[in-house]
Amino acid sequence: MATAIQCRDLRKTYDGKVEAVRGLNLEIQAGECFGLLGPNGAGKTTTIEILEGLLEPTSGQVSIFGRTWKTDAREMREWLGISLQETRLSEKLTVRETINLFASFYREPRASEDVLEELQLTEKADAWVGKLSGGQRQRLAVATALVCNPKILFLDEPTTGLDPQSRRQLWDIIRSFQRGGGTVLLTTHYMDEAERLCDRLAIVDHGQIIAEGSPAELIQRLGGHHFVEFAVTGNSDGAALDAWRALPSVDSVREDDGMISLSVKEPHLAIPALLEALGKQGSSLQHLTTRQASLEDVFVRLTGRHLRED
Amino acid sequence: MSIAQQPLVERKATQARPPKRNGRWSGYRHLLMARMLELKREPEVVFWVFVFPLLLAVGLGIAFRNKPGDASSIAIVTGPQSQRAQSLLQSSPQHSSFKIDVQSDQSARKGFRLGKYDLVIEPNATGGLQYLYDPARPESVLAKAEADNAIQRAAGRQDVVATSVVTSSEPGSRYIDFLIPGLLGMNLMNSGMWGIGFALVDMRQRKLLKRFVGTPMRRGDFLLALMSSRLVLMIIEIGLLLTLGVVVFHMKVLDSIFSILIVGAMGAMCFGGVGLLTASRAQKIESVSGLMNLVMMPMWIFSGVFFSYERFPSVIQPLIKALPLTALNDALRASILEGTPLIHQWSRLAILIAWGVVSFLLALRWFRWT
Repeated sequence: MATAIQCRDLRKTYDGKVEAVRGLNLEIQAGECFGLLGPNGAGKTTTIEILEGLLEPTSGQVSIFGRTWKTDAREMREWLGISLQETRLSEKLTVRETINLFASFYREPRASEDVLEELQLTEKADAWVGKLSGGQRQRLAVATALVCNPKILFLDEPTTGLDPQSRRQLWDIIRSFQRGGGTVLLTTHYMDEAERLCDRLAIVDHGQIIAEGSPAELIQRLGGHHFVEFAVTGNSDGAALDAWRALPSVDSVREDDGMISLSVKEPHLAIPALLEALGKQGSSLQHLTTRQASLEDVFVRLTGRHLRED
Repeated sequence: MSIAQQPLVERKATQARPPKRNGRWSGYRHLLMARMLELKREPEVVFWVFVFPLLLAVGLGIAFRNKPGDASSIAIVTGPQSQRAQSLLQSSPQHSSFKIDVQSDQSARKGFRLGKYDLVIEPNATGGLQYLYDPARPESVLAKAEADNAIQRAAGRQDVVATSVVTSSEPGSRYIDFLIPGLLGMNLMNSGMWGIGFALVDMRQRKLLKRFVGTPMRRGDFLLALMSSRLVLMIIEIGLLLTLGVVVFHMKVLDSIFSILIVGAMGAMCFGGVGLLTASRAQKIESVSGLMNLVMMPMWIFSGVFFSYERFPSVIQPLIKALPLTALNDALRASILEGTPLIHQWSRLAILIAWGVVSFLLALRWFRWT
């Protein structure tokens, strides 16, 4: 399979002080949906804008299908579809006018009507952009990227601020582009988005990649795939935490606000043992849930912080 | 409802429309069209570009309309001789051009200071008259000369040389005739600079410029489209103002409308270029406003919009004439009021082209797209 995007030792320093990207390496295959996952300010946008040729890196190399921005920019623009974070398109143009405008910049764009249909904007084709809902605007932004029939689609935070239904609609659009043979690079700080959409992803923090792999692999690497979370009556001191850690199949223990969270490989071994231990202690359960490990847990494990700190 | 359940293959099958092939100028055409549509849908633009200059012309035209010379207002200070001075003035043939008040010394002087009186006549003890006037106020100078002339004649002075007068207030030499081309020029400058400057900074703030740069759009085409959108507006602006001048103020337009439009087009493109350059790097509306004012201020003052720039010292005349608005105003006046053919105006047109081309090239070079 051909390499779609490759970058080596990418660095970007703003004004000689702020290091937004600090030595980043990526290799994305054609046909892949690749995600850059990380909290706000991790350097995702800077990275994607360097790859899009909109920002000059301080150092490092970028090549896209073997071409570089220095030598082939005009040609590369013909087959890259871009949706930036927060572009406000002209409010007083209609949806169709906007798509036609973007189509006019390319040598061989797709028919605007096709793009309207695909992004379910046909009904809104003659409405002013200013009158669209957030989800419709975002779909229009993606439409302006898809109208050039791109080989690679770059999406910077495509679903930030959208309602669940609009997010799902966009995910479907992205998937169908990928199924048609396209390559997707997206940034997001939603772990569910990354988990559902991406074949592979890189977790970015402080301008560096701290983990890379498919969502399943990354979770696998956590050790436990499951979390057992519970709260008990009575005191739970350090000694109690040690007792939980000694239970079968338990990988690690965290306490968060009175809630104890066990990282567990096999819940069917850990839970009976837990209940037994509680019985011996004479304390009773107030709460018990189990859930599958998520990328959020991977991020917390790697950085000690949550993805979205709000 | 779910789009996910719609099989992709089926959707692709319905999309059989062939891709189009775009030519070299398709981007430029669409950018220009989009710009015009946006302007058309912006009601403020219609007001500031079209209605405001008309209101300004009507207002100034009324304020400075040619009326029979204003009566001079004269105060005569109360005293033993004041009656005689008054009757001399009133018996003169020009008595209708004087408005006379008899006032105490104090209130006459106060009125003079406040501009209520143009002249104070104070009879003195010996039977003579003393004029109090301000040589710096044209109406005061005029009142003194007229009043003195009237009094001397009424008192029996004989003129030595026979004179006669003919009055002239033909269209073409009135203030409104001077004003309308000046307003046209100023309006082309204002709407060119603001129209382009604001639009650009706004697009830059909205990251639309950055988005455009992410496409294969030709950057020169984008700037050119913005500049040439001014041409269409220019035709409407000139048409409206000239029609107003002709219909309301009975102006005579001596040159063909075609050459006036050529001058207007050069002016519009020139200020389009200057506007691009001014807004080439600004990130905020506030900073571009300041820059715009800085660039336009000298031209508002020096370029002869409301009054002739001949009043400025001759040392700075060459500088004034090198300003684009001066060249545009001069060219418009020469065409509209004198019918001077364009070929004789080449130096003015060259100034406009030079400003336009140089600013466009510098803007293209320095422009900040992100």
